[in-house]
Amino acid sequence: MIATDSLNIKLRPAERGVVLAHLYVAFTAFGLGTLFGLLQTVARSGAFTLPSFFDYYRVLTAHGVLLAIVFTTFFICGLSTLAVYQTIPNPQRKLGVAWTAWWIMLIGTAMAAVEILAGNASVLYTFYAPMKASPYFYLGATLLVVGTWVVFLDILLNVRVWKRERGGEPIPLPAFMALATFIMWFLATIGVAIEMLYLIPWAFGWTPSIDVLLTRMYFWYFGHPLVYFWILGAYVIWYAIVPAILKVPVFSDALTRVAFVAFIVLSLPVGLHHEFSDPGISSTWKLLQTFLTLLVVVPSLMTAFALFATFEENAAAKGRKGFVGIVRSIPWNDPAMAGITLAMILFIFGGFGGIVNASYSMDAMVHNTMWIVGHFHITVGGPVALTFLAATYRLLPSLTGRRVWSESLARAQVWLWFIGMSVMSLAMHVEGLLGAPRRTADLSYGGAAAAQSWEPWTLLAAGGGTVLFLSVLAFLTNVVMTLTKGERDAGESEFAFAPSRPGDAAPQLFQRLGFWTALAVVVVIFAYAGPLIGHYSAHPFEVPGMRTW
Amino acid sequence: MHVHRYERLWIWLGSATMIVFFVVLAGMSVAEGINPPSHIQTIDPSKVGSTPPFDHPGLRRLPDGSYEAYYVGRIFSWSPAQLTIPRGATVTFYATSTDVVHGFAINGTDVNIEVVPGWVSSMSHTFDHPGDYLIICNQYCGAGHSSMSAHIVVQ
Repeated sequence: MIATDSLNIKLRPAERGVVLAHLYVAFTAFGLGTLFGLLQTVARSGAFTLPSFFDYYRVLTAHGVLLAIVFTTFFICGLSTLAVYQTIPNPQRKLGVAWTAWWIMLIGTAMAAVEILAGNASVLYTFYAPMKASPYFYLGATLLVVGTWVVFLDILLNVRVWKRERGGEPIPLPAFMALATFIMWFLATIGVAIEMLYLIPWAFGWTPSIDVLLTRMYFWYFGHPLVYFWILGAYVIWYAIVPAILKVPVFSDALTRVAFVAFIVLSLPVGLHHEFSDPGISSTWKLLQTFLTLLVVVPSLMTAFALFATFEENAAAKGRKGFVGIVRSIPWNDPAMAGITLAMILFIFGGFGGIVNASYSMDAMVHNTMWIVGHFHITVGGPVALTFLAATYRLLPSLTGRRVWSESLARAQVWLWFIGMSVMSLAMHVEGLLGAPRRTADLSYGGAAAAQSWEPWTLLAAGGGTVLFLSVLAFLTNVVMTLTKGERDAGESEFAFAPSRPGDAAPQLFQRLGFWTALAVVVVIFAYAGPLIGHYSAHPFEVPGMRTW
Repeated sequence: MHVHRYERLWIWLGSATMIVFFVVLAGMSVAEGINPPSHIQTIDPSKVGSTPPFDHPGLRRLPDGSYEAYYVGRIFSWSPAQLTIPRGATVTFYATSTDVVHGFAINGTDVNIEVVPGWVSSMSHTFDHPGDYLIICNQYCGAGHSSMSAHIVVQ
């Protein structure tokens, strides 16, 4: 039996406050991070050179950390907390744990941000050793991660309350999705935490040298699941909020749970596909993880099916049929729904590019080129960020009791984002196929012919980036105006989760997340034991490390 | 658990496609040896300058007519900065770093390897077309990263 009675509990003001606190940090990081993005894309096109006190790589590090890590993580923590609080009744809910998490995350973020902006950590968001940043950068990043573990703890404590009150009854779908997302995230972040245990003593000078390849392996063990963490945040909205907006039930509660369980098991053993070009790792292990990477096709296709089916059901309810009917029945006037639909369209192209990147030997054509930058902008910058921005037009009214200040500005904003991201990402993909390197301030290379062929595309990317920034300005203006001038509206919660169909329950096995967590650990050991044993048996040299910026 | 007939079909089709992709990749790996660069060889990064053959980076011709090219990356240059190679030559590149991670990429080819201090990276390429090939560092290595380049002239 699926519980629907507890869906969409009205949050108490204090509960709304903790969710809003996460969102405010997310939006601040978003505004700063995208401003840095604009500076970079224009600087890359050769229009100007950033001054030495605010150089390209410092700006690039800030851009990557603020958007890929801070914006996404805070947003997902806020969203997941909301999904749990809004579906698990707990009148005595204490918010101490949630606020502790927020403060730890905030302090960590501030520490890392200060070091980056001071120029002491221009190591980019991958912080590859042996480039040695300030120890406080690594400490700050660690605190941010530890804070998310406390969010996970808060989710677990609430789930325990449900189990106590309801026994074996499955937890509501939104809470299930949040829990599964954080189980995956916890398992993934153990990797980066282990990496930090090497980096922090080394950065303080307590250990003389570092095993570079080992830190890269730990980083990418974390780095790819990080991508799935982002997309699962968007999936929570796609699976549970989209049907609510369309006023249809969740397409399949059972299969949604199966898809999230699949992500727990399949997200982790895939990091080597970021290291195809690394020496010191046998191609056997790279091929094994290629196979494991491709398995994620299954839950991804299930998601696509569920969403198309939801749209089709919406069309049928409005008496429309066929592809055109389905497209026309989407409420394009609703900025949230328009933005989310556009985000899904971007994801299709992100998926296509991802198959190229994951394809083992094919990666050599695109590795470390702008193609990769184009790919992750049309994935995290497309489906993920646009879904979060669009959902904000429902979240904010729900949390603040104020209507969105300007619906038309919101509509324009999501389209500007879609257009800007399509143009910028396309230009980056083409540039990458022509061999333009990522993470490079000056692309002139002494006027080499190859470098000249990149020029029109860097200009086009700068154009797309400028459109994107216009979208950012529209978004932030709307958020600030909604918070200050938005019309008061004491109506229904706008950010409602859709009900499941009666009787649409997944088999008991899929409710047992402990089992799937254990299976995920087994799969990780299977995928990484070989590479780790191979690594140590090669007797790698350690390197002292240095500051090269 | 109810799974719609079309969804069942969709998942089977998707899975079959995935299997085909993997069989193609694995088949090329086994049958033709097409693998990503995965050379496994360590080198003391503090002694690169005195470890042959990296003590004299450059081109060597092997008895079978093929070539080996040894490159050393250090902030912010590649050594050798220029090489001349006859057209049609097959060159196996070996690269290592004395300091941080670099990326060795020859524009217009698939030669694209991470160069990690303590390790030797390797990849082969046959140069069928004459021209001036630009080698860049495509892994961020510090302030002068964008000035780290070299050339190969194929005659």
